[in-house]
Amino acid sequence: MNRKLENIKKIKVEKPLKLDCGKTINNFPLAYETYGKLNKNKDNAILVFHALTGDQFVSGTNPITNKEGWWVTAVGPGKALDTNKYFVICANVIGGCMGSLGPKDINPETKQPYGLEFPVITIRDMVRAQESLLDHLGIKKLLCATGGSMGGMQLLQFCSTFPNRCFSAIPIACSSSHSAQNIALNELARQAIMADPVWDKGKYFLKDVQPKNGLAVARMVGHISYLSEKGMQEKFGRKLQEKADYEFSFNADFQVESYLRHQGFAFVERFDANSVLYITRAMDYFDLSKQFKGGLVEAFKGQKTKFLIISFSSDWLYTTKENKDIVIALNASGADVSYSEIFTDKGHDSFLLQVPDFLKTLKSFVDSMYEKFKNEKRI
Amino acid sequence: MRNLKMKKEFKVIADLLPNNTRVLDVGCGDGSLMDLLYKKKNIEVRGLELDQINVQQCIHKGLPVIQGNAETELHQFPNQSFDYVVLSQTLQAFYNPEKVLRELLRIGKSVIISIPNFGYWKVRTKLLFFGKMPVTKTLPNTWYNTPNLHMCTIKDLFSFCDEKKIKIQKVIGVNEDKTSLIKRNNLEIKNLFSKLGIFLIG
Repeated sequence: MNRKLENIKKIKVEKPLKLDCGKTINNFPLAYETYGKLNKNKDNAILVFHALTGDQFVSGTNPITNKEGWWVTAVGPGKALDTNKYFVICANVIGGCMGSLGPKDINPETKQPYGLEFPVITIRDMVRAQESLLDHLGIKKLLCATGGSMGGMQLLQFCSTFPNRCFSAIPIACSSSHSAQNIALNELARQAIMADPVWDKGKYFLKDVQPKNGLAVARMVGHISYLSEKGMQEKFGRKLQEKADYEFSFNADFQVESYLRHQGFAFVERFDANSVLYITRAMDYFDLSKQFKGGLVEAFKGQKTKFLIISFSSDWLYTTKENKDIVIALNASGADVSYSEIFTDKGHDSFLLQVPDFLKTLKSFVDSMYEKFKNEKRI
Repeated sequence: MRNLKMKKEFKVIADLLPNNTRVLDVGCGDGSLMDLLYKKKNIEVRGLELDQINVQQCIHKGLPVIQGNAETELHQFPNQSFDYVVLSQTLQAFYNPEKVLRELLRIGKSVIISIPNFGYWKVRTKLLFFGKMPVTKTLPNTWYNTPNLHMCTIKDLFSFCDEKKIKIQKVIGVNEDKTSLIKRNNLEIKNLFSKLGIFLIG
């Protein structure tokens, strides 16, 4: 896996980045991937921000896992974000484990992997690091930036920190400040990892092992929260897993148990446990209004970016209400904002799945923004 | 409902609005009026619309639209944040039209409201001679499936504004392709011959 990681696209960010925690990092790697071609006018670039367990491999085949990119439903030739037309960019967040600086990298001071010596990062740190990539690619203004869940949070932060760096923005199923429920669920995930004796205060890498059990449970918690009650009932109900009756044991009798176990243990193959701790912490600390002394409206003052906020009716993790609060703040700041609530049973996961109304809305917006952006540039 | 509306109505509304203003279209449908205002008058438009298919149509046209219910979600727009708020043929469909109207006047410096006129002579004669709830081109639904909970006449809305001390700036009556100015001295006759009343108030 490590050899494969050496072959992925990376830039070295030389400019020192002062993190919110007070520490500074410099000369750090930022891994990314691009799809499609940047045109001559450089007006067809779309930046995608990935979610908690995502990575830069949005479309096609992920070269590390050999599985499909995490957003193939929306990104690719002929898709909503059509890579025949647009140049799609995605970077791995710092704190992650797909080539950008993260807790499993070597700490130059100790010559050992950081582990918990890695500085606690924030969503703002993540997007500041990614701005360097746009400079590297020579893109002054993005046609569009988008992202779901934590990706949407990064996008809100990006728009606020770098006003008017994107012509349009589509935050999907996200929030401007992490709710108590979401902090609680993240804490559950972290506690599961830390309760695994293999975790060893984050030093498991010294023995070249992973706290697999804890990490798998953390992923199971996540998976439950990504579905809706109705969606789960319809998909699994009380169906048994390849058996006629109860086994009267604690094996996975029910299909839903088997599904969770499978998801949990597939995840440990591709993700680093300490990365989960760091990234979930960054999400919990995210409160855009706090940066503006409680006024979310201030966060978007003077925005010329055209926003489209999308929420899903059955998403209980990042609810319609939370997404509407962003719309209200954008409205109050006088920004150009559209909003659509997509009706679906598929819960928070909807943005990753074949949800036709969602994909149609996404495509309509991006295509119409491209026409507007080209016109604006011409004038 | 909106697709059955006379196109003339949009032209009248567009003529009432000065260029380069900020306009909120409440119940903007598929964005036809917003599109007209944006293209012809360089108006900065925003829409509020309940129906998801209509919302998609607006987004497809590149028009900013917020999916939501005007009855319950107008609170999200700040005070006096628009030069004009337009409400086309929807006032009569709200549970509480007075509350909605107050909200519109809070959000917009001025408000344009159009209503299907229940005082139109064809409507009156249908009820008078047939003894049945009128079904016309502007009121196409029957009593049991109509979204219209609070039908009123042009004269009713006039009295309402007077009673609530809402300033009436201009009222235009529309009948097919003809429009006419409605004043207090011709109210009785215009109330009889207009299919649609368009009020500029606030």
